[in-house]
Amino acid sequence: MTGATHGIPLPRRRSGRERIIGLGLTYLAAVLLALFILVPIYLIAVAAFTPRADAFTYPRSVIPTAVSTETILFFLNASGVIDSFWRSVWVALITLGMSLAIGAPAGYAIARYAFRGRQAYRLVILSTRAFPIVILAIPLAVTYRVWNIDDTIIGVAFMHTALALPFTVLITSSVFVSVPRELEEAAQTLGCNPLQAFIRVSLPLALPGLAAAAIFTWVLSWNDVFAAVILTLRNPTLPAKILTALTQSPIYYQFAAGFVMLIPSIIVIFVIRRYLLGLWGRVVK
Amino acid sequence: MSDIRTTRWRLPAAAAAITLALAACTSPSASPGTSGPAGGEPADGEVVMISSQLAPTAEAELMSNEILADFEGEVEFIGAESGPFNDQINAQAETGEGDISLIGGLDGEFQAFAANDVLTDLSDVAEELADLGINQDYLDLGKVGTDQQLYIPWMQATYIMVARTEALDYLPDGADVNDLTWEQLTEWGANIESETGERKLGFPAGEDGLLHRFFQGYAYPAFTGGVNTTFTSDAAVEMWGWMTDTWQYVNPQSTTYGFMQEPLQSGEVWVAWDHVARLIEALESDPEAFVAFPVPSGPEGKAFMPVVAGLGIPTGAPNVEGAKEVIKYLLSPETQATTLSAVSFFPVIGSELPGDLDPGLQAEADAVAAQTAADDALPALLPVGLGDQGGAYSQVFKDAFAQIVVEGQDPAEVLAGLLPNLQDIFEATGAACWAPDPPSDGPCEPQ
Amino acid sequence: MKSRLGWAPYALLVPSLAFLVVFFATPMVQAFTLAFQDPDGAFSMASVERMLRDASFRNALVTTLALVVLVIPIQFALAMAMALIINARLRGQGMWLYIYALPLGISELAAGIVWVSIFTQTGWLNSILEGLGIIDRPITWQSAETPLLLIMCVVIAEAWRATSIIMIILVAGLQSIPREYLEAADVYGATTWQRIRRVVLPMLRPSLQVALILRTILAFQVFATVIAIAGSGLDVLAGEAQRWATDIDNDHVAAAYAGLILVLSLVSTVLFLVLLPTREEHQA
Repeated sequence: MTGATHGIPLPRRRSGRERIIGLGLTYLAAVLLALFILVPIYLIAVAAFTPRADAFTYPRSVIPTAVSTETILFFLNASGVIDSFWRSVWVALITLGMSLAIGAPAGYAIARYAFRGRQAYRLVILSTRAFPIVILAIPLAVTYRVWNIDDTIIGVAFMHTALALPFTVLITSSVFVSVPRELEEAAQTLGCNPLQAFIRVSLPLALPGLAAAAIFTWVLSWNDVFAAVILTLRNPTLPAKILTALTQSPIYYQFAAGFVMLIPSIIVIFVIRRYLLGLWGRVVK
Repeated sequence: MSDIRTTRWRLPAAAAAITLALAACTSPSASPGTSGPAGGEPADGEVVMISSQLAPTAEAELMSNEILADFEGEVEFIGAESGPFNDQINAQAETGEGDISLIGGLDGEFQAFAANDVLTDLSDVAEELADLGINQDYLDLGKVGTDQQLYIPWMQATYIMVARTEALDYLPDGADVNDLTWEQLTEWGANIESETGERKLGFPAGEDGLLHRFFQGYAYPAFTGGVNTTFTSDAAVEMWGWMTDTWQYVNPQSTTYGFMQEPLQSGEVWVAWDHVARLIEALESDPEAFVAFPVPSGPEGKAFMPVVAGLGIPTGAPNVEGAKEVIKYLLSPETQATTLSAVSFFPVIGSELPGDLDPGLQAEADAVAAQTAADDALPALLPVGLGDQGGAYSQVFKDAFAQIVVEGQDPAEVLAGLLPNLQDIFEATGAACWAPDPPSDGPCEPQ
Repeated sequence: MKSRLGWAPYALLVPSLAFLVVFFATPMVQAFTLAFQDPDGAFSMASVERMLRDASFRNALVTTLALVVLVIPIQFALAMAMALIINARLRGQGMWLYIYALPLGISELAAGIVWVSIFTQTGWLNSILEGLGIIDRPITWQSAETPLLLIMCVVIAEAWRATSIIMIILVAGLQSIPREYLEAADVYGATTWQRIRRVVLPMLRPSLQVALILRTILAFQVFATVIAIAGSGLDVLAGEAQRWATDIDNDHVAAAYAGLILVLSLVSTVLFLVLLPTREEHQA
C-alpha cells in the first residue's frame, strides 16, 4: 500500500486549505457514522451490566453507576446456552464451507462464460432466496426425520447453505466480473490451462470479494432464527434458544442476551477485518 | 392455603359437564394411533419432556433446577413455543420416531393432540393418583371427550389485576379496589390521566401478550354473558365502546407489552391486567409497592378464565414408564408446592401442601381466591375443541381489537365483518359452544 | 474460449443446482402447493381469498412497502458514505472499516433488543433527552397510535443493522475500480461529486445491482426487528406468514403470504436487472 496519495478526496489541483476542509469534513462524517454504529452497542452493554435492582430506574444514567454481571451470568449459566453457542458456531462454519465450495464455481461460471441459460440460471438463483424461510422449514423438518438428520448441526447447516447459496453465487459472480478477464486469457496464452489460469490469476484477485461472500454467508447462518427453531429441539442454535426461551423473559435478561449475541459478531468481524485489509494491500499493489 | 386452593378452583360442575358433553361430540374417539409401535431409541432411563408451559428461560431454569431436582432419574426439560411444540409432537407421531416421552401443555393443546391421535391412555396413572384428590372437573377435561385419560391435570393459573400502590390515591370516589366495575376502572384511569397527565392503565397487547384472552374470558363474558353467541350483539358493541373509551387512558406503548410485570416495575404502567405468572415478578420484587386485586365486574358478572395445564404421553414415546414416574412426581404435594412457589402456577390436587408462601405469591393467591369466590363470579373456559384452529380463533379477537380500538373503526361493522371468520372456524372444527355460552347441539353458531 | 470449453460453465453450475433441487426446490414445491390447496389437497383459491380479506393484509402490505421504500435509500446513502470514507484511506482505515462492519454479524433479534432498550418509554432515548432537559416527561416512541413515528423507529434500527452488508459489497466494488480512472478525472479537474457521479457510480454498477437486489429481497422478509420494536403495532407480510404458520397453524394461508412476498421480490429483482444492466449483460 502506498497510502494517502491514492485517496479519492485528495485531488492534487485543490489548494491546501480546501484540501484540509475536505479532509476535516470527511473525518467528521466518519466519526458521526461511527457513533451511529457504536453508541447503541455501548448502551446495550450498559443495560446488560446494570444490577437487577436498578433495572427499572428512570431516567437511566448513560455512565454506569454500578456494574453487575448478575443478569449476564444468569443468562450464560442458563442450561444449554453455552452448548447452543458452540452449535451455532459449528453450523455457521459448515455452512460457510459448503456454500463457498458449491457456490463460488457457479459464480465464476456466470461471470466468465456466455452460455445458453445463463440469465435463466441467475433468475432461478435469485428467486430461490425470495421465498420466506418459514415456508421452507416445515417440509424440511419432516424430510430430515426420514433421513435421520433431524435436530442435528448438519441438518441446520444444509438448510442454511440452501439459504446462503444464491447470495454466495451472486456475490462471487460480481467479484469475478470485476477481475479483468484479459489477465486470465493472457495467462492462458502463456501456457496455463483454464484451471491454472483461474487459480494463479483470478482467484487471488477475487479473494476480497470471496471474503465478503463468506462473511455474508456466515451472517445468514448465525442470524437465522426461524429455520433453527423449526429444525432443532434438543440441540438448538443460539438464536433458536433465545427465541424460544427469552422473548418471554424479563426485559433485563433480554438486554443481557442481546449483548451476549453481539460479542461473537464483534470478534469475528475483527478477525475478518485484518484478513480483508491484507488482501486489499495485495490488490492495490 | 389448602382451603383457598381447593375451593377457589372448583369450576361449577355444570360448566365442566357441558364441556365434556360437547367435547364428546367433536373429538374422534381415541383409537390406537396411526403411527407404529413405540419406535426410536430404547428407554435408557432419561425422559425427554417438551412443554409449551414454563418455556421462558427463567421458568425453564426453575423447572430443571428446582421442580425436577428431587426426581430420581434424569429428565431433560425442553420449553418450546407453541408452533415448534405442535410441529415436533405431530412430526414424532407421523414418523413414529423421536425422543419425546412426556408432553406438558394446555388443555386446548391436548384437545388438538387427541384429535390427531397422538396421545396414549393414562387411566392407570390417574387411578394410582386417586388419593391426591385431583380436581375432578379437570380430570374430566383430561379425558378430552373419550373414555380414556389422555392427559393428567398438572397445574393451573388465571388472570388478575395488579396496581402500583400510588395509583390507589386516584380511585374513583366510593370505589372498592377489591370489587370494582369495568366502568370504574375507566374512571380510575381518567383520574390518573387528568392528575398526572400520563396514561397509566396497561394491557398486554404486544406480539407475545395475551390480550385476546382478555376479550375471550373477561370483557366479552362480563359485558355480554357469552363469547361466541354474543359476538356481534348490542352488548358486544357496548363492550367495544367501553374498551375504546378506556384506551384513552391506556399507555400507548401497550401494543409492545408482552408481560405486564415490567411496565409495572418501571412505572410506565400503574394498573394492569395479565396472567398471574406474568405479574408475579413485580409482586415478588417489592410486595409493598404493588397490590393484587380481582378483576372488575361487568353488567353480567365478574368473568374470569381459569387455565389448566396437563401432562400427556405421546405415541412413539421411547420411555413410557419413565414418563409415568415423572407425572407421579410432578403431582406429589411436595412438587406441587415447589411448583407454586417457583413458577406461581397453582396446584390441581386437593391434598394439604407443605410450607409457607412468599408475600407476593400470597397477594396473588388472595386476589385469585377473592375473584373465584365473588358472588357474581362467572368462569369462562379457554376455547374447547378448536384443535389447530385455536390460533385462528384468537386472531379474530386480535383483529377486532386492532380495527376497533387502534384504528378507530365502527365496532358493529368490524364485528359483522369478522363474524364469517368465526363461523368458518366452528364449521371447520365442529366445536360446540363452551361456558359461559349456552350449550349447543352440534357446532356452536356464532352470531 | 466458449467453443473450446462449452461444457465447462454447466459443469460448474451442477453442484449448486443439485443442492438447490434437494434442499430448496423440493420442500418449496411441497410448501407452495399449499397455497392453492384446500385441506383435502384439491385445488382451491380459498387460502388466497382468506389472505386478501385478512384484517391485517392491507396494513401488512402497505407497511412492508413503506419500509422497503424508506429504508433502502437511507441504507444506500449511508453505505455509500461509509464505502467512500474507507476508500479515502483516512488514518486508522482498518478501524473505520471494522466499526462500520460491526453490525454485519448482529441478528435481527439482537438488533431489535438493542433498539428496544433505546426507544422504550423508560429507555435510553428518553433518559438522555430528560437528562439534557429537553423533555420533562417520557415520550412514547413505540405507539401504534403514531404509526409514522413507529415506522421511523424500525427504519432507524434496520438502517443500523443492515447497512454494513451493502457497505462491504460497495467497498469490494470500489477496490476494483482502477486508480488510473480516478486519477485521470483528477487531472482534468473534476470535483469530488463529479468523480463520484461520472466515474465511481458507473463503475460500481455491478456491485450496486447485486446489493440492491439482495437488500430489497431481504427487506421484504423483515419481521424480527419489527416485532421487537412495534409489537402488534405494525404488521408486515413476513410477520403475517409466520403468524399464520405458527400461531394460527394454517400453512395454506401462510403459503399464500409467502407467495405474495415471492411475487414482490421477483418484480423488484426484474426491475433492478432491467434498470441497471451491467456490462456483461449488454454483451450477452
